[in-house]
Amino acid sequence: MDNSATTPARKEVVEEMLPYLTENFGNPSSIYDPGKISKRATEKARQKVADAIGAEENEIYFTSGGTESDNWALKGIAFANRNKGNHIITSSIEHHAVLHTCIWLEGQGFEVTYLPVDKYGRVSPEELKNAIRADTILISIMLANNEIGTIQPVEEIGKIARENRIYFHTDAVQAIGHVPIDVKKMNIDLLSLSGHKFEGPKGCGALYIRKGTKIEPLLHGGAQERKRRAGTENVPAIVGLGKAIELAAGEIEETNKTLLEMREHLIKGLLKLPKTHLNGHPTERLTNNVNVTFEYIEGESLLLLLNAKGIFASTGSACNSTSLEPSHVLTACGVPHEIVHGSLRLSLGRMNTREDVDRVLEVLPDIVQRLRNMSPLTPQNYRTL
Amino acid sequence: MDYSAKVMDHFSNPRNMGSIENCDGVGEVGNAKCGDIMKIFLKVEDDRIADVKFQTFGCGAAIASSSMATELIKGKTLKEAWKLSNKAVAEALDGLPPIKMHCSMLAEEAIHEAINDHLKNKGLEPWTE
Repeated sequence: MDNSATTPARKEVVEEMLPYLTENFGNPSSIYDPGKISKRATEKARQKVADAIGAEENEIYFTSGGTESDNWALKGIAFANRNKGNHIITSSIEHHAVLHTCIWLEGQGFEVTYLPVDKYGRVSPEELKNAIRADTILISIMLANNEIGTIQPVEEIGKIARENRIYFHTDAVQAIGHVPIDVKKMNIDLLSLSGHKFEGPKGCGALYIRKGTKIEPLLHGGAQERKRRAGTENVPAIVGLGKAIELAAGEIEETNKTLLEMREHLIKGLLKLPKTHLNGHPTERLTNNVNVTFEYIEGESLLLLLNAKGIFASTGSACNSTSLEPSHVLTACGVPHEIVHGSLRLSLGRMNTREDVDRVLEVLPDIVQRLRNMSPLTPQNYRTL
Repeated sequence: MDYSAKVMDHFSNPRNMGSIENCDGVGEVGNAKCGDIMKIFLKVEDDRIADVKFQTFGCGAAIASSSMATELIKGKTLKEAWKLSNKAVAEALDGLPPIKMHCSMLAEEAIHEAINDHLKNKGLEPWTE
């Protein structure tokens, strides 16, 4: 129940990868035959990624994952377009790979506007328009949020960016396989994705860069990835990512149908518990995301008790983070500090079944009650002890 | 979180959880904003802790610290209970992750608050150290 954290590589993916770990180990940069085999395999994978998002094959660059893609998009655009301006617009609920990069860029002399979101976690296109300045060079707004699953009005944002001739980057790490993407129709100039979020291997992602985009490399060195991303290609992972995105994009409707049913069943069941609130948008959300807040209890203890029952989930509580800070996403959505620690994220995957969902609904009420009985915050009428 | 078996035991089967009606002293520390609140209830007889209960809102370490701390002071004199340090609570739990040491601190502070509340109820001066 934590598929937004990661997913297992699926069987078909592993099968495609294996030969490139063993017999086909050639370096794609080598001109002899084994090198060419590897080269062809990466190009085939590149085409699959391009097909999945409506891009051209030569607009796809393989990276080490979502974090590198986000870093590259932001730093690469910022430094290559410094002569045009130094202002960047993003949202306050981005993944840390974007937010912390923006904070670093501020230290390098760039100015960043962090757009607020409404209580559902949506950015307002109007506010975006108002934030645009003559020196704005980049808008970076995620396609779907990793914590609350809220899907942004990306097509509208893309249109605004295009009208104002500003580059538009979107972190689509959570969206692949769930939200149909067409970078041309959505006016997206740069898009980050990560293999292990859609049953591909870890340590491999991609950045889509629209043809003609002015961007600096993040990694300097060899001439790989059309001289834009140095380093010997992670051929087995690239092959695996290609297979995984082909399957994910091909099965998107079917997957969403099943996940949506499970999601709604889960949300309906959870909201039957008193003093329980849904976080994120009721409909404009990823089909696999459920995020609720239970008042009077804390998330880490909730996760530990769920873990003891073999249910693995995630929370936005500070007590579960190494920074001891509660979720910036829930805080930006206006979830009060007093209850933000009681959040629970359940993210479904293709491997989950209706039985899994029923099991959560069977186990969770007792766990919540147990912690509420223990908490000094719980009013008497919500106690059973 | 990488917790010791003892932490997990006290978290999963907390000792002395609950409240005491007509108790002789209550101590509450922490706040919901930070994600942990600990409340200790004391029953005192002849300067000795005859009974102790806790209610805690917080993480596994906070709940385990409350459970262990109440075990450690039960039956002790008020002076002995006052001397219980957060380090002793953490050690009794076979250690806490460094980032969670403040949870054992809360237990020490909650006990101090509860003892002083009891002293105040009796019209005595609170202890400071």
